[in-house]
Amino acid sequence: MKHKPTHNFQKDISNCGLTGFISKSGKLVEGDVIIKSIALMHDRGNGLGGGFAAYGIYPGYKDFYAFHLMYESGLALQLTEEYLEQHFFVEHQEEIPTRRVAAIANPPAFKRYFVKPLETADYKEAVEFQKMTVEDIIVGHVMRINNEIEGAFVVSSGKNMGAFKGVGYPEEIADFFRLEEYKGYIWTAHNRFPTNTPGWWGGAHPFTLLDWSIVHNGEISSYGINKRYLEMYGYLCTMLTDTEVVAYMLDLLIRKHGLSPELASMALAAPFWDMIDRLPEEDRQLMTAIRQVYGSGLLNGPFAILFASNDGLIGLNDRVKLRPLVCATKDDFVYMASEEAAIREICPAPDYVWSPRGGEPVVAKLNPGVI
Amino acid sequence: MKIDANGVYYRDLNTKIREAVAGGADKLELVNVNGQYFIGDGINKPITITVNGVPGNDLGAFMNGATIVVKDNAQDNIGNTMNAGRVVVHGHAGDVLGYGMRGGRIHILKDVGYRVGIHMKSYNENRPVLIAGGKAGDFFGEYMAGGVLILLGMFTDSPDKAKHGFRFGTGMHGGVIYVRGGVDEGKLSPEVGVFDLTAEDKKELESYLKEYCADFKLDLKEVMKEKFVKVLPKSKRPYGNMYCPMPR
Repeated sequence: MKHKPTHNFQKDISNCGLTGFISKSGKLVEGDVIIKSIALMHDRGNGLGGGFAAYGIYPGYKDFYAFHLMYESGLALQLTEEYLEQHFFVEHQEEIPTRRVAAIANPPAFKRYFVKPLETADYKEAVEFQKMTVEDIIVGHVMRINNEIEGAFVVSSGKNMGAFKGVGYPEEIADFFRLEEYKGYIWTAHNRFPTNTPGWWGGAHPFTLLDWSIVHNGEISSYGINKRYLEMYGYLCTMLTDTEVVAYMLDLLIRKHGLSPELASMALAAPFWDMIDRLPEEDRQLMTAIRQVYGSGLLNGPFAILFASNDGLIGLNDRVKLRPLVCATKDDFVYMASEEAAIREICPAPDYVWSPRGGEPVVAKLNPGVI
Repeated sequence: MKIDANGVYYRDLNTKIREAVAGGADKLELVNVNGQYFIGDGINKPITITVNGVPGNDLGAFMNGATIVVKDNAQDNIGNTMNAGRVVVHGHAGDVLGYGMRGGRIHILKDVGYRVGIHMKSYNENRPVLIAGGKAGDFFGEYMAGGVLILLGMFTDSPDKAKHGFRFGTGMHGGVIYVRGGVDEGKLSPEVGVFDLTAEDKKELESYLKEYCADFKLDLKEVMKEKFVKVLPKSKRPYGNMYCPMPR
């Protein structure tokens, strides 16, 4: 009998990959650059998800919320457009330009809308009597579209930014969305290897809300606790994937509760109690309070995440660093990626390369006055 | 022999390397390497592979007698289950170095990441030695069962960083760690203790560092100038009583 190998030696051992960079002075960089970086880590994914977030891409509409919509059916499109018409002034709408790519089979339809909320009776009620902000109202609409219109999903909803994602390798998704035609001052990218949740178009990274976008490598074992906690504040999880909670958690902690990105990171990746006990008294009290108040916001499990907003780019590891994250600087650029090679591919000679500590956020803010 | 790795897929590059090894080459220079995984894996001939660029993860895994010299930084999982041979990195390296390493040498000039020397082991004359010239992340020597880990804290791009991280020696139950200039005892795991070196230890340490200094053209006297301490496990079975008391 022919000898049978004990293993499938052709099997690729994979894991997610992520990469991102920011020009702190707001230099616009073409999409080619981020594509090159994520494509180097092709083998970290398995073709079941790729995506990008880009900031600064819609300067002509920068005062409007850019809604990227994904539709699984004509009915979903019709219902969503009726909904948008009811609640928003639509400055401009169009199909998101795509090209036919052999690797991408049966893509859903994509459209984008540049909108401002209409001052309807509901709007006035919300602002004047429920003390909601415009952002709160946008969040409410995103939740309602995702939750109530079957087959319609808001891929992104921030100003002057957009997310582009789907099922395929990231370079294929980039090709599909013609990303080389966009220019941005922050880019992030993700190459997905789904482990616990389905590989579908809405489940690809980044996950977004307003101008928050998250790409993530790892598993969030605390998803159930985080999801239930967020539901108390009106956030509804509809994307069938753990990472979604991170986008909403950051919106809650930073935008709603006014925590700094550094403190919010401390809530997500809180130090262990024995480490807290060793801190100077003031820090010990602060961290104790953060852990007590945001116990349900703690992300358990291994993760490396990049989160971006119009203000900057932040990288964060879980507190025992169970996923890779490398950072580098070059002039006014800050790079963050799963592998140093992904940075060196687009920045061959960085000024400084380092691996951040677990639980220690790397915060790269846009210089004041740039936007 | 020279191979240009510019844009070459890792499988194709590793096929070329294996062909060169099979063809009896004793020196191989790779140029324009960037991120290719598994370079030098499983090679059991005494070839010297020089890598120009940043090699990908799992460099020198299961390696058995070859030498790899990296002229730049390197990534994660170097020398996974390495049996014999030598990896020399002229920059920094990432996490999980020398995972289950059971022989040979890993010499890193600068910083190393988390979980360095995890599950290192030794048996008779097979005694792996991993030396990091810079600073180390958390879980240094995690579950270490044998072999030698040496941390110098001398060469780094991050001078503000602490020499070593927390949870130092978690689960360590064999082998020895030498640290130049002492350790931060508050960051040690309860499983380990700090000791002075014996005359025999000093001799052994010096012999390892002599090789290290030769690789990077460093002054051995300068490296030996500072006092070293020795970190050893307090018990061979640190978790023996974790769930129920066990006979010793």
